[in-house]
Amino acid sequence: MRTKMLEVEGLKKHFHLSGGGVLKAVDDVSFYVYEGETLGIVGESGCGKSTTGRAVKGIYGITEGKVTFNGKNITSMNKRERKQFARDAQMIFQDPYSSLNPRMTVGELIGEGIDIHGLMRGKKKVKRIYELLDLVGLNKEHINRFPHEFSGGQRQRIGIARALAVDPKFIVCDEPISALDVSIQAQVINLLEDLQREFQLTYLFIAHDLSMVRHISDRVGVMYLGKLIEMASTEELFTNPMHPYTKALISAIPVPDPIQEEKRETIYLKGDLPSPMNVPSGCPFRNRCPIATKECAEEVPAFEEKTDGHRVACIHV
Amino acid sequence: MENENKKVLEVEDLRISFDTYAGEVQAIRGISFDVKEGEVVAIVGESGSGKSVTSQGIMKLLPTPPARYKSGAIRLEGKDITGYNRKQMEKLKGSKMAMIFQDPMTSLNPTMKVGRQIAEGLKKHTNLSKDKIHSRVIELLTMVGIPDPDDRANRYPHEFSGGMRQRVMIAIALACEPKLLIADEPTTALDVTIQAQILKLMDKLNEETGTSIILITHDLGVVAKMADRIIVMYAGKPVETGNKHDIFYNPKHPYTWGLLGALPRVDTDKKEPLKSISGTPPDLISPPKGCAFANRCEHAMEVCLEHDPAMQEYGEGHTAACWLHHPNAKEYLDQIMEKHSFGVGGEKYANQNAGG
Amino acid sequence: MDIAKEKFRHVGKDNEKGELITRKSDSFWKDVWRRLSGNKAAMFSLVFLVLLLIMAIVGPMMTPQSYNVNDLMNTNQSPGKEHWFGTDSLGRELWDRVWIGARVSIAIGFMAAIFQTIIGLIIGGIAGFYGGRLDMFIMRFIDVMISIPYLIFVILIMVIMGSGIVPIVIAIALTGWLEMARLVRGQIMQLKNEEFIISAVSLGAGSLRLIFKHLIPNTLGVVIVSLTVAIPNAIFAEAFLSFIGIGIKPPMTSWGQLADIGMQVMQVYPYQLLIPAVFISLTMLALQLFGDGLRDALDPKLRK
Ligand SMILES: Nc1ncnc2c1ncn2[C@@H]1O[C@H](COP(=O)(O)OP(=O)(O)OP(=O)(O)O)[C@@H](O)[C@H]1O
Ligand SMILES: Nc1ncnc2c1ncn2[C@@H]1O[C@H](COP(=O)(O)OP(=O)(O)OP(=O)(O)O)[C@@H](O)[C@H]1O
Ligand code: SF4
Ligand SMILES: [Mg+2]
Ligand SMILES: [Mg+2]
Repeated sequence: MRTKMLEVEGLKKHFHLSGGGVLKAVDDVSFYVYEGETLGIVGESGCGKSTTGRAVKGIYGITEGKVTFNGKNITSMNKRERKQFARDAQMIFQDPYSSLNPRMTVGELIGEGIDIHGLMRGKKKVKRIYELLDLVGLNKEHINRFPHEFSGGQRQRIGIARALAVDPKFIVCDEPISALDVSIQAQVINLLEDLQREFQLTYLFIAHDLSMVRHISDRVGVMYLGKLIEMASTEELFTNPMHPYTKALISAIPVPDPIQEEKRETIYLKGDLPSPMNVPSGCPFRNRCPIATKECAEEVPAFEEKTDGHRVACIHV
Repeated sequence: MENENKKVLEVEDLRISFDTYAGEVQAIRGISFDVKEGEVVAIVGESGSGKSVTSQGIMKLLPTPPARYKSGAIRLEGKDITGYNRKQMEKLKGSKMAMIFQDPMTSLNPTMKVGRQIAEGLKKHTNLSKDKIHSRVIELLTMVGIPDPDDRANRYPHEFSGGMRQRVMIAIALACEPKLLIADEPTTALDVTIQAQILKLMDKLNEETGTSIILITHDLGVVAKMADRIIVMYAGKPVETGNKHDIFYNPKHPYTWGLLGALPRVDTDKKEPLKSISGTPPDLISPPKGCAFANRCEHAMEVCLEHDPAMQEYGEGHTAACWLHHPNAKEYLDQIMEKHSFGVGGEKYANQNAGG
Repeated sequence: MDIAKEKFRHVGKDNEKGELITRKSDSFWKDVWRRLSGNKAAMFSLVFLVLLLIMAIVGPMMTPQSYNVNDLMNTNQSPGKEHWFGTDSLGRELWDRVWIGARVSIAIGFMAAIFQTIIGLIIGGIAGFYGGRLDMFIMRFIDVMISIPYLIFVILIMVIMGSGIVPIVIAIALTGWLEMARLVRGQIMQLKNEEFIISAVSLGAGSLRLIFKHLIPNTLGVVIVSLTVAIPNAIFAEAFLSFIGIGIKPPMTSWGQLADIGMQVMQVYPYQLLIPAVFISLTMLALQLFGDGLRDALDPKLRK
């Protein structure tokens, strides 16, 4: 039996908007992440991926539900446990331009975690920063430079070094490559994979690029309007998607191979993603779903295991 | 591809620089290409390689200064438009060529109803009556797949979703049936399911109205789906051009190899590490003397550092600029071609006509 | 092309060079200085302000007379070789009085501006950082304060504390911090949602670190700009108070007070009004232009 590093049960995160409405960014999401694996989360913009990642990392207070990290509920930790959690779980961000404080040097940025957790000081700390720079493929001379002097890929590596500085066990990667060029994406993905192998890291990998998620993840969950609608091992999900939304999503990615691309059948969904302010009743996908029936409007489909380890939320599967 | 088609656009040795405090940024260092009638030409390349500057340069959208046209000629349907001023361009825009951008919100007027924005071009460039214009607006909105166009025409851009705004942009661009549509990353800001809809729409327009399209993107999947011809740019210059099959199955330039190698492979079960291109592109303030890709190129030779390789033809319409294909480098090229297959699609296509 | 065959020797990629940053390193402030120094109006203003400061220090020492010694033999002398800026109705050297007045005006301007910036920074920072009910309370309080005419407020303070430099500074600062607090709060609110702040929170940073290492350094640009706006405002406020007769009391002087006295003899000895008025205007203008230049130089949107 593999150990579950992170368990999320019935997670809800609702934002109360200044206009008075309630935005259900994440609505009743349950999943777990095994130690040492990479769980991919995909879905369209605004479906609540980042909110899930941040809630799991304890950045937001959560509206409802339970997040357990290494057996401890993150909302009822004592001060020492909270500090340890802040160290064990790290985060890498999407935008390499806004996720680094523009007024801090690379050395200060990477060293910040070391300072916060009082791990090292003086020469030892500098040596460690050099080590980290080397680990992510930057050179020593970069230590006194400012973030704006780096390219997107280099900045993303600074962000990774910053997270690694405190020896984390778990990293939430929130679209770490979507702002980068194709050629640079591969650098970052390879780095993340190498680091995972070297330090036995566990990743929650959020992205909307399905092919990269397919490459890096062991299991993948698909979100739609605040809900998980399908989750399975990567192979299973991509070869045998069951939810009509997952099917459409996978079919919509153009394949970078003209012959295969020609042969492929794309499922075109009608309409746009509804606003998360007024999610349709019943199945959130029903107004765009090619196989929706009356029944779909009646109740929210349960997120059930259909075959071994393959969970789907659709009454017509 | 229908051959012997009329050329809609010809660009010849276009060079554009920006004068900045740090020096002259040589954003475009010589690009030549043409677009035939009904053709979709895709421009791909790293961020900062000059894709947007090329397209904005053609449309005369760059503020001068800091931009400066250093050389080159642009011909639209055979007519030289290089020296056109703002007013003359204004006439061409909309009627002959149109452009859509990545972020539709920046180019839509937030205070004007969508229907009126579409009608503007028609008023300017045609002498249709009011009723005719209105029915054309509705027709356009229907064509780009906006549901309930009569109602939607009277709404403001902020009441539209991102995908719908992009459709409106396309409707505006197509109002006067331009010969050429330049689309700068039209779907980058959109979700894949919406992207699929927009690409289908552009494809349909290209087929039905024969509008030529220059499609700028960094998504090689989109290129594989849409393009007839592909221009791969690096550091302000094209490094390889060719049709889909040339570029994807028989690429010649190491940068193209790198781009294709960096994509996760879905056709093999084996989980191999991605091939990454390390390093960063050169600073265009002081571009290198030799090949701009040399500092990141696995196969770089001494000559690459000293001389800039010229474009060579390797088959009809398939050109690349790389010293590896020089006769003096044949031994080394044969060696690496034996070991690797550089296109996508695995062994099938490897060595199909290696060496050109 | 005939290039020697040995030139085709494989050398491979140059990883070191591939990651090298070729442009020279510019820290944020160096970058700001570069842009600022490119702005002619701002640089002119800076030179003017520096000269003004130097003169405020050495100016009075350049003449044998003193600013507060009456010389009834030489009253209302026109500017000339003898008396560079002329003398006033008590025969005091205007040259000396202008520079002494400059000392007072500049001191009041700086102190009041710095004072109100500190108050605004702290209160706006607290409101923005903690948000919620505290924020609402503070903001309502500021709204109320702003709606009270500021002169009423100032006169009240002067009545309680009497006149002099310190009460004036306090009076100006106590009304000036309101805008600053609003500004800082807005900035902090905006910054709080930036990814780099979330990144610091995620690393486990405490409130103190967030405020002093992340939030304040990133609001500094805006704060400095409004500081350069606050200084001329304070100088003008002082001039106005002295002008209406509730500011600095003689024999101490300030530009506002000089203008007030000059005003009384404007018809006969226009230079007595003109000279302080020109100094007030030029200084205000210079500070404004410098502030504008600084704002442009600090604006990250112009940064590449
Ligand atoms: N602080 C907040 N206040 C109010 N609404 C929020 C807040 N943060 C997120 N939301 C809303 O919650 C929903 C989910 O947002 P989230 O950022 O989690 O989406 P996402 O799946 O990460 O999207 P993307 O792919 O665009 O990053 C969105 O509709 C967003 O507007
Ligand atoms: N106004 C400007 N001033 C100075 N340099 C500029 C300006 N606009 C563009 N450049 C430079 O010109 C080069 C080409 O930029 P361009 O926007 O065409 O790149 P791109 O290929 O479109 O990249 P992306 O994929 O990021 O859109 C870049 O090096 C850029 O820094
Ligand atoms: S010319 Fe040389 S450096 Fe440039 S791509 Fe070809 S082999 Fe590489
Ligand atoms: Mg997100
Ligand atoms: Mg661009």
